[in-house]
Amino acid sequence: MYLTKENQEIYDGERGEVLQKAMEILVALGNIYKAKDFVPVSSAQIAGVSYKNLGKPGTEFLEWWVEHGAKVKSFSTLNPAGIDLERAEELGFSNEFSEKQRHVVELYEKMGIVPTCTCTPYEIGNLPKYGDHVAWSESSAVSFVNTYIGARTNREGGPSALASSIIGKTPRYKFHLDEPRLANLVFNVTAPMRTEADFGALGVLAGKESKNNVPYFSSLPPMRQTDFKQLGAAMAAFGSVALYHVDRQTPEARTKKMVKENSEKYVIETLKPAYDILNTGGDKIDFVSIGCPHSSLEEIIHIAMMLKGKKVAIPTWITTSRAISYMAQTYGYKDIIEKSGAKIISDTCMVVSPIEGFGFETVATNSAKGCSYLHSWCNVETRFGDIKACLSASMSGRWKQ
Amino acid sequence: MIKGRIVKKGTVEGEALVSKNPLSFFGGVDPKTGTIISKDSDIYGKSMSGKILVFPYGKGSTVGSYTLLRLKKEGKNPLAIINEESEPIVCVGAIISDIPMVDKIDISGISTGDTIKIDGENVEIIKKQ
Repeated sequence: MYLTKENQEIYDGERGEVLQKAMEILVALGNIYKAKDFVPVSSAQIAGVSYKNLGKPGTEFLEWWVEHGAKVKSFSTLNPAGIDLERAEELGFSNEFSEKQRHVVELYEKMGIVPTCTCTPYEIGNLPKYGDHVAWSESSAVSFVNTYIGARTNREGGPSALASSIIGKTPRYKFHLDEPRLANLVFNVTAPMRTEADFGALGVLAGKESKNNVPYFSSLPPMRQTDFKQLGAAMAAFGSVALYHVDRQTPEARTKKMVKENSEKYVIETLKPAYDILNTGGDKIDFVSIGCPHSSLEEIIHIAMMLKGKKVAIPTWITTSRAISYMAQTYGYKDIIEKSGAKIISDTCMVVSPIEGFGFETVATNSAKGCSYLHSWCNVETRFGDIKACLSASMSGRWKQ
Repeated sequence: MIKGRIVKKGTVEGEALVSKNPLSFFGGVDPKTGTIISKDSDIYGKSMSGKILVFPYGKGSTVGSYTLLRLKKEGKNPLAIINEESEPIVCVGAIISDIPMVDKIDISGISTGDTIKIDGENVEIIKKQ
């Protein structure tokens, strides 16, 4: 990898330990992936926030950066934490966990990262433009920013996104280049696509098949933003998909031919195998979780309309960023939702919060990604369907087909 | 002897634990014990602690790097990692946790229980008798 004089000095430690350590991580990646040089990044999205994931070793790793005066150069936003930072006690998180979690968020703040605590930074101001180079972690956000916006990021891990943000650059390889962004397999979807849940289910099947490749969807009906979020999040969780294209819909596919010659072609006629994987629980529901990835204002408005004047029978969480929660409050939607007994939860979600301690057996959700982590990481069973099916379960405590 | 690509340089010898499927370190591995907790994994319930962990590539959440760091601090880390095609999350995890790692290896010839010797880019597989 070519290093400019300045980068070489950083690498050699002449500009201090912090920059040297960040540069070491980036040069290691650059050499592995044969990057020729660095490219400046206009923003970073930093994952690795929930204490449930970091534990003491991860916290100590972050403390090292702070103690040595690390500051980010690029505009940087933060992934969800393990608690709602303002309502942790009310929601039943232990004081011990909350304290450790707050400490982690403070460490990131000290480095100059905005503590947005969301997996959808593009909803609240971290919105790159087409063609921008960024260093994002959070697999669902990586997929969204590459696909829906046409900005360019690799699937950064938490530490490499942090290192890129501190240096203000990232090694130029893979999705920062033109050719690796071309699709190498094509899905012709003939199954009916009715709801956001269908897009999540499609993501399960397409993600497993695509593995770490770039898929192209040749025949999807007009998609809403929420459909892109569910499809991308599921393909990143069930496969390793960082970028996909949708014929006549995503920006790169609208402007260029984005499929390689001789790409393998698949037909998806039914989503049933995905629904079978995602529906592991019985009909008695203990908890409903919507908002993985974090809900947009538009999704919250839909939920408010469905819950208006109704009462939920079981705990129901709508997870989103604090910024969107404040917007929902300002415009009156939060009141409507919370009057029903459902809660708008900020900063966290079902994937990263320690909900396995709450004693739930079966969780209903509209997130295919959520199901994947609920099964393994939170050790609960799931029922999967669209927002309407989930809210119906909220009100009755039962899952109806 | 086969040659791979060094992700994190090291010299180590140990027993292989092979997953034919991609692996998610976040959510798929218990960071305190090294046990695979992802129920759809073909090595569900097995521990990677002290083994040479062989799998095609990493998938899922981008915070998996920290899981490797935790495993290392707990002393439950794999001795080394071998991938077919590495991706940045596992790579960075190996680099910051100082766990030897090699990729660009055809893993179809490796079975759980084989002895593996890694020396930099060189990988030697001694089949289980």
